[in-house]
Amino acid sequence: MRPTDITDPEYFHKVVDCQYACPAHTPVPEYIRLIAAERYTEAYMVNWESNVFPGVLGRTCDRPCEPACRRGRVDEEPVAICRLKRVAADNKGDVQAWLPEIPLIKNGKKVALIGGGPASLTVARDLAPQGYEIHLFDEQIAGGGMMRSQIPSFRLPESVLNEEVNFVLDMGIHTHFKTYVSSLHEVLNQGYDAVFIGTGAPKGRDLNIPGREEGKANIHIGIEWLASVAFEHTAKIGKKVIVLGGGNTAMDCCRTSRRLGGDEVKVVVRSPFAEMKASPWEKEDAQHEDIPILDNHVPKEFVVENGRLVGMRFEKVKAVYDEKGKRSLVPTGEPLVYIEADDVLIAIGQENTFPWIERDLGLEFDNWGMPVVSRKTFQSTLDQVFFGGDAAFGPENVITAVAQGHHAAVSIDLYCQGKDVQVRPSPLTNLVSQKMGIHEWTYDSIVVNDDRYKVPHAEKQKTLRDRKVEVELGFAKDTGFKEAQRCLNCDAQTVFYTNRCIECDACVDICPTSCITFTDNGEEDDLRTRLNAPALNLSQDLYVSDLLPQTKRVMVKDEDVCLHCGLCAERCPTAAWDMQKFLYSTSKASNVCGVLQL
Amino acid sequence: MTYVKPSFRHPDLPKNDLGFTKKDYEGAISTLCGGCGHDSISGSITQACFEMSIAPHRLAKLSGIGCSSKTPTYFLGNSHGFNSVHGRMPSVATGANLANRDLIYMGVSGDGDTASIGMGQFVHAVRRNLNVVYIVMNNGCYGLTKGQDSATADVGSISKNGMNQFQAIDLPALALELGASFVARSFSGDKTQLIPLIKAAISHHGFALIDVISPCVTFNNNTGSTKAYDYVREHITTADVVDYVPPGEEITMDYPEGTSADLTLHDGSMLQLTKLAPNWDPRDKLAAMQRIYMSRAKQEILTGLLYIDPNTQDLHDLIGTVATPLNELLEEDLCPGNAVLEEINRGLR
Repeated sequence: MRPTDITDPEYFHKVVDCQYACPAHTPVPEYIRLIAAERYTEAYMVNWESNVFPGVLGRTCDRPCEPACRRGRVDEEPVAICRLKRVAADNKGDVQAWLPEIPLIKNGKKVALIGGGPASLTVARDLAPQGYEIHLFDEQIAGGGMMRSQIPSFRLPESVLNEEVNFVLDMGIHTHFKTYVSSLHEVLNQGYDAVFIGTGAPKGRDLNIPGREEGKANIHIGIEWLASVAFEHTAKIGKKVIVLGGGNTAMDCCRTSRRLGGDEVKVVVRSPFAEMKASPWEKEDAQHEDIPILDNHVPKEFVVENGRLVGMRFEKVKAVYDEKGKRSLVPTGEPLVYIEADDVLIAIGQENTFPWIERDLGLEFDNWGMPVVSRKTFQSTLDQVFFGGDAAFGPENVITAVAQGHHAAVSIDLYCQGKDVQVRPSPLTNLVSQKMGIHEWTYDSIVVNDDRYKVPHAEKQKTLRDRKVEVELGFAKDTGFKEAQRCLNCDAQTVFYTNRCIECDACVDICPTSCITFTDNGEEDDLRTRLNAPALNLSQDLYVSDLLPQTKRVMVKDEDVCLHCGLCAERCPTAAWDMQKFLYSTSKASNVCGVLQL
Repeated sequence: MTYVKPSFRHPDLPKNDLGFTKKDYEGAISTLCGGCGHDSISGSITQACFEMSIAPHRLAKLSGIGCSSKTPTYFLGNSHGFNSVHGRMPSVATGANLANRDLIYMGVSGDGDTASIGMGQFVHAVRRNLNVVYIVMNNGCYGLTKGQDSATADVGSISKNGMNQFQAIDLPALALELGASFVARSFSGDKTQLIPLIKAAISHHGFALIDVISPCVTFNNNTGSTKAYDYVREHITTADVVDYVPPGEEITMDYPEGTSADLTLHDGSMLQLTKLAPNWDPRDKLAAMQRIYMSRAKQEILTGLLYIDPNTQDLHDLIGTVATPLNELLEEDLCPGNAVLEEINRGLR
């Protein structure tokens, strides 16, 4: 193999698994260390700079970071990254001093944001400090988009959402709420230098099976119903409720139903339980609230008697997989299952819809009715129009919307300054030794054995009575500290200096996880078979040195289960190993608070 | 300093025949200087015992005093251990071995512990062919007292005290002279050579000396030292490459005529020695002596298995001791009874 090029920022970026997996590339270990140091405000700002909604995400994020967490590869469970984010948000002090200054004299460019959700708010946050005049349009009464209309208050208190939405709106954003934009053509005629479309995936998928029309008074589309609850148009539901669907919206629907009078709420889903789209913890929370989840049931008809919905019939199926692993649901042949219901909530997916965009503007749509958008620049085929969030590539999640908002804001900035949007600014990176003494590092290098801590919940009797009572209580400070100590500090990189190495094997002998091998060079496939421990995780790179001075062998380190404990560097007599903190911050349209440069 | 080694290990660590992973053969975290050759030797012992599926409680570690003699704490944490008086490890090993011949004895010593204060002990253990593995962690200096030249420092080797004027004791040559039945030399920085040698020494029935050049990274790794990492690597030559084949497994590699030798050891394991000088027999003591002297004259460090007598008789065989470990002898074994006593007494009257 060729020697690893550690000057390529992507190499060490990939080693920080959580940050790499995060769509917005939040520097996770950095803020976790700040939490452990009780520097909650800075921890919050590290998050805010990267993901704009730490309080929201600390409660509701889909957490792509956690399955990626290195600790999950050596321990039972990963670090509770998401809930640590909430610790920072819950305990932060006054952040006003950290927020970017908004120039009084604007830069003369006007940008329209259509939709007030996480993507648009991110674009606003990134562009406002540069002096852009920003106009935000949303049909709702307040900003936040689906974070407000779809995420129930018992998971995300309104006060938390309002605070973070207002951090952005208070940057001098011109808001146009309760304003439905019905024509892109009109917007384009109003002299904006750029238009960003972050209108989400606002249409809930319907289920057209017999009885749908007759029973429509008691059959609701999940996201519409959640919005109606959020905006207090709906306060009640029948005693017996069926929720159709297996995603997180279904989980929110069933749990909300429990709080609005649903005594017997059931989730009914086509797929096997294990393959449901909902996050495991959301399924757990639903089951904890006495909501059974019936899997392998395909809805067949709504049963309506005397003009009123009384239940549904389902066909039982089992999942069969062909040799390519493709699943098909095959009926078991058992009689149809009848389940009584006063109300049914359909939460089987969301779709994009752009009825307000004229098709003759030069903005191309593909065969599926989606706009043609660049995955790199988020620019549409109409140069001044950009997309982001669910509107760009279909339903994803908040953190993805934020990440896309950052990219779009960079593009809008480049576009408005007359620059090539294809030429992306480099990420901000830094690599600094953490050595403080012969055996001392700036970070807590000792690896603790603690199991993952559980987040305490409020009492069920209390939370089921009021939909606004938050269920999760968040970690207390001391538990937050202990959970933070579980972090392996993967951003403390093991940097190897080939020319200093005397090949004494001290690092090999001390490495608890047998990551390091000195051997003759070879191709990767071959090298992986000759290491001190099996290197089976092909998604993790091998760090290969240049030829060593004495024996012309190479040092090979399998990044897979390195604990970043620093023992290799502590035992190294010549400082050929060093632990160096790698900072990686994605490029953004503006340097919003600079907390990472502390 | 981090004196705590994380308890997590690689999740896919292989298991040996006993179901143990290498972790079960590790000891406490080392307190020697980072980069000390001794730690690599500890690692090699750990690896060899893991690969041989030695039940940890069937092995006893013995040592004297010195940096080398601290190392039993850092390997085989589940085995027996006895850290004895300076230079007296051979006597303690002899006593232990006589009391229980069923254990594997891993003696660990240094160049000071063996070639200076313990020389009188060492030579007698060799000539009695005590069944122990005797590893000398040889760094040519007294590391624990800040690096004075030891008795194995080569003439002309430079340390902080200046150039050594005195003749070095060549432990393998000395052991050969005294009738050792297994003599090897290796280098801490070459585990691929050292690990099979340790396995062969464990399988050998009789006294097995491995003199391991083990650089003292703090006091004797300087330019001009003949026991520095770079000097050793530049001057090392290999007598033979040992491939250890455990009992019950077959040798599968074929080498051209005259370049390899296959030996069967006491416990049924096999040694395949390759890359030998043409027609050199590792059982030929004279040839071994000659090669040691010749390479010394050429300022080469000759490593590998230098000499072996696979069919030797150890101390127990020679003095005809009881086959059972003493702690398993019952009263009826030890006390033949009044009738026998009367018989003896009658013979004395």
